[in-house]
Amino acid sequence: MNLPYAGAIDCDIHPALPGTASLLPYLDEYWRDTVTMVMKGVARLELNSYPPNAPLTSRPDWRPTEGKAGTDLGLLRTHALDRFGLRYAICNCLYGAMAVYNPDLGAVLCRAMNDWMAKEWLDREPRLRASIVISLMDPEAAAEEIERLAPDHRFVQVLVLAMGEMPLGRRAYWPIYRAAEKHRLPIGVHAGSMMRHAPTQSGYPSYLAEDYVHQAQAFATQTISFLAEGVFAKFPELRVVLIESGVSWLPGLMWRVSKDWRGVRTEVPWLKKIPADIIRDHFRLTIQPLDAPPNPDDVSRLLDQIGSDDILLFATDYPHWQFDGDDVLPAGLPNASLRKILIDNPLATYPRLKEGHT
Amino acid sequence: MTDAPAYVRETRVNHRGVVDCDIHPMPATPTEMAQFLPKRWAAHLAAYGARVSQPFVGVVPYPRMTAGNGSRLDAFPPTGGLPGSDLDFMRQQLLDPLGIEYGILQPLSVGSHTFDQGLGAAICAASNDWQLEKWVRPEPRLRASLCVTQEDPAAAVAEIERHAGNPAFVHVALPPRATEPLGRRRYWPIYCAAAELGLPIALHSAAYGPGANSGSGWMSYYIEEHYAFAHSLQSVVTSMVMEGVFEEFPTLKVICVEGGFAWVPALGWRLDKAWHRMRDELPHVKRPPSEYMRQHFWYTTQPMEEPEHPRHLLDVIAWIGADRLMFSTDYPHWDFDDPRQAFKVRLSDELDQAIFRDNAKALYGLN
Repeated sequence: MNLPYAGAIDCDIHPALPGTASLLPYLDEYWRDTVTMVMKGVARLELNSYPPNAPLTSRPDWRPTEGKAGTDLGLLRTHALDRFGLRYAICNCLYGAMAVYNPDLGAVLCRAMNDWMAKEWLDREPRLRASIVISLMDPEAAAEEIERLAPDHRFVQVLVLAMGEMPLGRRAYWPIYRAAEKHRLPIGVHAGSMMRHAPTQSGYPSYLAEDYVHQAQAFATQTISFLAEGVFAKFPELRVVLIESGVSWLPGLMWRVSKDWRGVRTEVPWLKKIPADIIRDHFRLTIQPLDAPPNPDDVSRLLDQIGSDDILLFATDYPHWQFDGDDVLPAGLPNASLRKILIDNPLATYPRLKEGHT
Repeated sequence: MTDAPAYVRETRVNHRGVVDCDIHPMPATPTEMAQFLPKRWAAHLAAYGARVSQPFVGVVPYPRMTAGNGSRLDAFPPTGGLPGSDLDFMRQQLLDPLGIEYGILQPLSVGSHTFDQGLGAAICAASNDWQLEKWVRPEPRLRASLCVTQEDPAAAVAEIERHAGNPAFVHVALPPRATEPLGRRRYWPIYCAAAELGLPIALHSAAYGPGANSGSGWMSYYIEEHYAFAHSLQSVVTSMVMEGVFEEFPTLKVICVEGGFAWVPALGWRLDKAWHRMRDELPHVKRPPSEYMRQHFWYTTQPMEEPEHPRHLLDVIAWIGADRLMFSTDYPHWDFDDPRQAFKVRLSDELDQAIFRDNAKALYGLN
């Protein structure tokens, strides 16, 4: 392994739920009966953003001999935790519970996923931490779920998908942000779509490769939505982590939005500072993928353009296929920034990581 | 800490020509364009209007947060009418003082967006005739956009053929927001016709479109919408490359208009990575996407991105390739880029001439 520091904090790994059947022990009788007898269609809710067998979804050498990639704790230890000498890794479990239309089903499946995560992963491996998954279909229920789990400090973040029914800054979602801010939980926005809208303004593209490229647009959209709607004016302690989003799109966004703000800020009077500064204060981005320039010498130019190395967080994106072998660190990141990216920035972003395991 | 002092190009502007790749002509009155429509469609327009995918009749969906309702306040002609509607005033305010050697008209024809495709084709044809009659014939510095309605490709091809060989039209204009991603095969007859005539395709940011302006639905504010214009262009680049348009039409050239350009390098890097990872999904895409971008796409400069450190713009220009950028003002709109002040960083003489003049002349075959 090629990490220069032991004890790196991996801010994006993907333990996978084998299927809805794994949640049955965490459902009450009504939902257990409903899910098994009249909602048989929810037995497997894989997200179309990550078809289970697509190359994107798992590195070939990280796939288990049978079953879904990411379902085996032993392999996770071998491939990631031990291999890269990680101190902590934050589990972002992606499953269709986050995208179902029925708000009751969405809430109950997400709740069961969180209980499953605590019991099946966090209880068994002290290096793991997790995001609270929520359904956005009922923001009040989502806020209740955050409150329910907040006392368990192994949950360090609230997770939502990058594309949903409405831009994430919308006020309907503010109960979620109120609860998250109260408990110092960042909002993690992860690549993926609820498929309520096409990822382009001109309908659905033909290929998964195009869909994945458009995730970067989705992050840009959400960044501006959080800003424009005034989320940070209302919740000044809230942080947003853009996960598996690429990084190189950010400088152009900062320049363009800051310029537009100078022209039309009467529309958004709650933006008291230039947006580039608000972005550096409130947003963090994981570095797999970086979508870096091909010449590693240009990566430091990119960081210079962003104007801060505080905002980057180390991630492997395990088992998604972002890199081969041990090349987990994108080439060209300045040596002077590595300790921050690997350790200091994650600790600052997730204050609960600074506490001992409870 | 910023790089000072601000660079002003003023001393050079009058002795070197500028090609302005984005000028918006407007009709002075609502009836002006109707004169160019067949009676049937003029009557239809008067009764039903040009119905497009947005809630309001005849105004853009997000109010422009500017006193000129989207235009420079000083661009309202003294003779009355809308900004951009008076040729003499355009000469006085734009073409003469700023040394515009050629100006490319971008009429933003609503004909590309109407639900009724028959009406749309008629409006596009009228817009083309109007550009010739009102603007290009009286003013030799101006060139026209060949507007077509992309959702009826047969009608679009017929309109292109109607003007084949007319040097007044320098490109075929499509909106970047369509019912399908613009690389899809339903639009290929348009690309075929354009490529055969050697006409580039120009895609100008559009305030209307059939789909929501983000993958999470409609945004709330103009400051969001304005940013999302660039997204619509990114999607065009992505779709045209990933559908294999340039394998089918290897001479086709495409211009992204009014989307800025700082997003271009990062899109190419991301596309290359996705292509590399999912090549088995894309056997028809023979080369890394960024190579197609480098060969087939051009970008107009407005609205110019303004980095916190102006020198960072030089990184971006180097990453894109200086031969790909073409200056534009967006006259008479509020976020107009003045050639004297648009670049906050000093360009080398070579870059300056390429971006302000020579790239557009070469692409459009002007002079």
